[in-house]
Amino acid sequence: MSFLFFVVRRLALLAPTLFGVSVIGFLLAYLLPGNPALVKAGPMATPQYVAEMKHKMGLDQPVYVQYKRYVTGLLHGDLGESSSTGRPVLVDFMQRLPATLELTVASLLLALLLGVPMGVLCAIHRDTVIDHFGRVFCVAGVAMPSFWSGLILIYVFFYLFGIAPAPLGRLGPGISPPVPITGLYTVDSLVSGNWRAFESSLAHLALPSLTLAISVIAPLTRMVRAAMLETLETDYIKAAWAFGLPRWLVIYGDALHNAIIPVVTALGVVFGFLMAGNAVVESVFGWPGIGNYAVKALMLKDPGPIQSFVLFVALMCIMVNLLVDLVYSLADPRIRIG
Amino acid sequence: MRNLLEVENLVVHFDTDGGLVEVLDDVNFTMRAGETLGLVGESGSGKSVSAIAVLGMIRRPGRILAGSIRFEGIDLLRLSEDEMRRYRGRRIAMIPQRYRTALNPVISAGRLISRLFEIHEGCSRAAASRRALELLDLVGVADPPRCMQQYPHQLSGGMCQRVMIAMALATSPRLLIADEPTTGLDVSIAARILELLRDLSKRTGTAILLITHDLGVVAQTCQRVAVMHAGQLVETAPVRELFRSPAHPYTRALVRSIPRIDVEVKLEPVPGTIPSLRHPPTGCRYRNRCPHAMEICQHDKPRQAAVGLDHEVSCFAFGEHCDAAA
Amino acid sequence: MTIDIARAAYADAPAATDTAFASFRRRLLRNKLSCVAFCTIVLLVVIAILAPWIAPFDPNEPDANAVLQPPSWAHVLGTDAYGRDELSRIIIASRVDLLVPFVSTLLALLIGSLIGALSGFRGGWVDQIVMRIVDAVMAFPAFVLAMGLTAAIGSSITNLILVIAVTQVPVYLRQLRAEMLREREMEYAQAAQTVGNPTWRIVFIHLFPNCFTPLIVQATLAMGYAVLTLAALSYIGLGIQPPDSEWGEMISEGASLMVTGQWWLSLFPGIAILVTVLIFNLVGDGLRDLLDPRMRGK
Repeated sequence: MSFLFFVVRRLALLAPTLFGVSVIGFLLAYLLPGNPALVKAGPMATPQYVAEMKHKMGLDQPVYVQYKRYVTGLLHGDLGESSSTGRPVLVDFMQRLPATLELTVASLLLALLLGVPMGVLCAIHRDTVIDHFGRVFCVAGVAMPSFWSGLILIYVFFYLFGIAPAPLGRLGPGISPPVPITGLYTVDSLVSGNWRAFESSLAHLALPSLTLAISVIAPLTRMVRAAMLETLETDYIKAAWAFGLPRWLVIYGDALHNAIIPVVTALGVVFGFLMAGNAVVESVFGWPGIGNYAVKALMLKDPGPIQSFVLFVALMCIMVNLLVDLVYSLADPRIRIG
Repeated sequence: MRNLLEVENLVVHFDTDGGLVEVLDDVNFTMRAGETLGLVGESGSGKSVSAIAVLGMIRRPGRILAGSIRFEGIDLLRLSEDEMRRYRGRRIAMIPQRYRTALNPVISAGRLISRLFEIHEGCSRAAASRRALELLDLVGVADPPRCMQQYPHQLSGGMCQRVMIAMALATSPRLLIADEPTTGLDVSIAARILELLRDLSKRTGTAILLITHDLGVVAQTCQRVAVMHAGQLVETAPVRELFRSPAHPYTRALVRSIPRIDVEVKLEPVPGTIPSLRHPPTGCRYRNRCPHAMEICQHDKPRQAAVGLDHEVSCFAFGEHCDAAA
Repeated sequence: MTIDIARAAYADAPAATDTAFASFRRRLLRNKLSCVAFCTIVLLVVIAILAPWIAPFDPNEPDANAVLQPPSWAHVLGTDAYGRDELSRIIIASRVDLLVPFVSTLLALLIGSLIGALSGFRGGWVDQIVMRIVDAVMAFPAFVLAMGLTAAIGSSITNLILVIAVTQVPVYLRQLRAEMLREREMEYAQAAQTVGNPTWRIVFIHLFPNCFTPLIVQATLAMGYAVLTLAALSYIGLGIQPPDSEWGEMISEGASLMVTGQWWLSLFPGIAILVTVLIFNLVGDGLRDLLDPRMRGK
C-alpha cells in the first residue's frame, strides 16, 4: 500500500520538473539563438527567404504562442528537420538511438563489473596497498578527459598492439548488421547465432565502452567503498561475525546487500554522467549514435539536432532516475513495507 | 567434573589514539556446565571485553597479551580463525548488547534464524524454516508465523530481543553470553526475558554468562556471581552468599548501595569513580576508593583466595594474605 | 563494539597539548599530498602569467620545415601539422585553461550562493519556485546543458564563461540554501532578527560567514570540473576556436593523427589537463579533510 502511494507521489513531483525542462528546451532552441530563422535558412539564403522562414517557424508570434507550438510539436514527436540530412530529426534519432543505448548500457555494465568489486576490495583491505592503488585509480580516472583516454586506448590497442579494430563504427568492413530485433548489434547477433557479426560488434564495442566506463568508475568505486566501510562497522555485521557466519556470506551477502542500497540511488546520477560523456566518446570512435549525430550536425551549422539531443537526454535521465527510485524502494524493505 | 569454561590470567590491552588502555588485568574465572554466572561491574570494568575475548573477537586495536581461555578443555586463544569460527554461533553464542541494531534490516526475522541452521547444521531450507518456527515459539513469541515474515524495523524491543535469543539458541550452544539483555526494555518485559533465560537454561542445559551492571538482575537470574572492577576480577561467589556476606570492599559498597524495602538502611553510593585504564593505579586498582587500603595494596596485586565454599576474593584486607609462594 | 568500550574506559581529559591548533597542524602535515598539490597550483598560475616569456617558441608561428616532428631536443614536445611548437602552445593555452574555469567558478559561486542564501532564508513560495527551477536545470546533465547553451549563444570567451558558470550555479545554490535553512533556526540568527536587522544584513553579515567553508571545498573541486568541461567543449568544436590554443582543442587537432602514430599531439595536452584537474581535486579533498571535521565538531 505504501509502495503505491510512493509511486504516485513520485510521479506527481515530476510534473513541474517536466514543465521546467520543456521551458529550457524551448529557450535553447528558440529564444537564445540570435536568429534561428537565419541559421535554419542557411548562409546562402536571401533576406526574403529568411523572412519566409521566420514566418514559417512562427518566430513573429508572441513568446507564449511559440512555446505552445514547440510543446505541441514535441508531443507529436516533431523535433524539426535536420538541414544536413534533410530528414526529420526524430527519424534520424530513432535510427541512431540503438547505437547510443548499446554503448551506454555496455559502459554501465562494465563500470559496475569493475567498480563494485574494486570498491568492496578497497573497503575490506582498507589502508593497504590495494586500497591506495584503488584510490589512485579513482582520482586519476576522474581527472582524465574521456576523449583523451579514448584516444590513448586507440593508440595503444589499435595502433601499437593491433588488437582492437579501427575506430570507425560498430562493425568491421564487409560485415552486415545482424537481424534487427533490439537494435543492439551484440544482442541481436548473439540471439540470431550470427557469430561473425557478434565477434565484430563486440570488438568494436570494447574500447568505446571501456573509455566511457573509466569516466564513471571513480565515483562508483568511492561510493561502494564508503558504503561498505560504514556497513562493516555496523552492529549487525559484527553480530554476523559473532554468529560464526562464513566470511563470504558476511561480506558479499549481508554487508554488500546493505551497502549497495545507497549505491543504487546513485545509479541515476551515474547514468547522467554516462549520457553526458556519450557525445564526446561517440565522436572519438566514430560511433553512429545520437551524440555523434548532434555534434556532426553542429559542425555543419545545423543546430536543430543538438538541441533535440539535449532535450532528449534530459528526458531520458528523468526517466532513469524515476526507475532507479522505484527499484531502490523495492530493494529496501524499510521503504517497501514502511 | 571438568569446568565448561576456564579463563586464566587474561590480559587485554587496547592501542588507541590517546594511548595504551589496559582493559583487562589478569582476569580469572570459571564456569560449570549448565550454570548461570553473572558478570557484574560498572561500565568500563571490562565485562563486555571479557565476553568478546571468549568469542575470540578481539581485533585491532585490541590485543590479548597473556592468558588462556579453556572451553571444554581446549584453549580457544591457540586456535586459528577458521577453527574458532566453528565455535562461534554453534558451541558459544552471544546475544549482543544493542539487540535492535544487531539485526540485519534487510533480512526477515525468520530468515535470520533459519539460515543459522542451514549454515551450522546443513539443514535443508524447509527443515530450517520449521525449526526456526519452533524456536520462536520456544522463546515466547506470540505469533511465530507472522514474526517469521517480519523485518527488524517492524518488531518491538521485546520481540527483537526474543529473536536474538532464538538466534543464539539455534544450534544449542553449550555457552550463551548475554550482554546486558535487559537494557532499554520495559520492566515487565525485562522480567519476562530474564525468566525466559532461566527457563531455557534449565531446559537445554546451556550455561549462561550474564553480563550486567544491575545487581537486581543478578539476584533474579544467576546462580553464581563474578564482580569486576576496572579490569580486575575482585570476587566470585554463589549469589546468596554474595549478598549475605560480601567480602571485597567494592562488593560491599555495591551491595550497600542497593535500596531495600524490608529494612531501613542508609543508602551509601560507592565512593570515588572508576580509575583511568590508561594510567591505572599500580597494585590493586580499587585502592584509591577503598577505606581499607594498606601499604601493600599499592605495589602488589592481590591474588584470588578462598574465603568460603566456592567463594573467592582478591583482596589483601579481606582475602587470605598470599605469600610469594605459588 | 570493542573500541567503544575502550573509549568508555577513559576517565580523564585528553593531554594538555591537544589544543585545536595543534590538532589542525597535525592534520595539515598529514595531508602532505594536498600541500604538494597546492604548491603545484601556485606554480601553474605563475607559468600561466609568465607564459609569453617562458614559451621557447612563438606558439602561433608556423614552421614549414618542422612539420609533425616527434619530441626532440629542439622541440621538447614535438610539433604540429603546421610546425608550431607543442610545448609553447601548451604553455600559452594554460592561460585560457586556467582563466576561464576560474572566472566561471567564481561567478557560479557568487551567483549561486547569493540566490541560494536569499531563497533559503526567505522560504515560502519564492523558495519553492527557485527550487523547481533548479530541479529543472539539474535534470540536464551539466555537460549536455553546456553543449546546448554554447550551441545556442556562440563560443566567445565571455559566453563560455557564462555557460560553464550557469551549469555550476545549481550546486552552490542548493548547498547554500541547505546551510541557510540550518543556520536560520539557530539562536543567534533569531536574535539578530528580533533586534530588527534588515534581511540582507542578517544574511550576509551574520549567517554567511558560517556557510563559507564547505563552499571553498566545493569551489576547488568545481575548478577541475570546469577545466574538463572547457576542454570537452573545445574538443567537439563548441569551445575555444582555432587558431587560439586550448588544451582540449589541441587534442582534437591531434585526434585524427593518433591512428597514424603521431601520438605526441594529443598526449601532452591531455597530460596537462589531467595534472591540472588532479591537483585541484587533491587540494579540494585535503581542504575537506582539514575543514569539515572542525566545522561539524569532531
